[in-house]
Amino acid sequence: MWIYEKKLQYPVRVSKCDPRVARYLVEQYGGADGELSAALRYLNQRYSIPDKVVGLLTDIGTEEFAHLEMIATMIYKLTKDATPRQMEEAGLGDHYVIHDNALFYQNASGVPWTAAYIQAKGDPLADLYEDIAAEEKARATYQWIIDMTDDVDLQDGLKFLREREIVHAMRFKEAVEMIKADRETKKVF
Amino acid sequence: MNAVKPTRDWYPFVGPFDPCPPKYVKTYYVPPNQFIPYQPMNLPQFSLADALRYGTLWPALYGPYESKCSPRGSETGG
Amino acid sequence: MDKKLDEQYYRQLLELQQLDFALVELTLYLDTHPNDMQALQQFNQLAQQRQQCANQFEMQYGPLMQFGHSYSKYPWQWVESPWPWQV
Repeated sequence: MWIYEKKLQYPVRVSKCDPRVARYLVEQYGGADGELSAALRYLNQRYSIPDKVVGLLTDIGTEEFAHLEMIATMIYKLTKDATPRQMEEAGLGDHYVIHDNALFYQNASGVPWTAAYIQAKGDPLADLYEDIAAEEKARATYQWIIDMTDDVDLQDGLKFLREREIVHAMRFKEAVEMIKADRETKKVF
Repeated sequence: MNAVKPTRDWYPFVGPFDPCPPKYVKTYYVPPNQFIPYQPMNLPQFSLADALRYGTLWPALYGPYESKCSPRGSETGG
Repeated sequence: MDKKLDEQYYRQLLELQQLDFALVELTLYLDTHPNDMQALQQFNQLAQQRQQCANQFEMQYGPLMQFGHSYSKYPWQWVESPWPWQV
């Protein structure tokens, strides 16, 4: 089971009301390589992958939910007291009409999240290579979002999340090596 | 932190009929995880405060990125 | 919310976030380096420190976790303190 902890992984700060950036950031909320996709992808792959990498998938999948909450926090702060007019000027007029200022699992173009974004092949290498690719794609997306804002406080949180992608990819690369190694230690329960 | 330069350059073809002003050099980023096949044990660590700030416990995995965004309005397409 | 968030709140929270982050990093590392004794010792030592730090924080600012992983004073404190995205 999962236990919620009432704190963020990293102290998120946003220094200005800026729905324009919130609109881009939602890509990492409900986009193909966003945090929701990552969490669900890794946790779902656990059931058909060799035991020795299940711990890693569980832990990274769980951390992704902490990142999802950080992204939600950023979007929440960026749009919190934005007026309908401000939302419209930021290109979020249609969002406002459908959702008011509520968050929704969709990408930066407003396309709702779909399970088609993630895969489970039941083949350990295919799955782990997808995970490595997902981390690098998320890293790139963070870079492009960081390029779209001059808010250094917001950049700070985004840089943390981007660095996490690098570390996760490192661990998934190591998981590939573990899968390749021909020495299974048999566990008897 | 990176023993090797973290970026690579390449030089895209410039066509005579390209409508936008050409970019002669394009740059992409290569993260430090590409140079570590399997993390060795006992690598030096950041302090706990720095680890949180930088997003990793190990300087060897730290690959910073700086925003290309200059303050709004004074953006120079580059 | 009647608890005012003072400077100390943010300082203690940051300290806990720092400890917990090192524990996240060591967890992922140990998942692929299960035989690194030194990292394991550091993990166990930090886990002890984080427990003390979290207890102290919860005494002041209310429970961090649910389902019996944190204690509550009367009345039920869970919704009394602000949520992570609000602070």
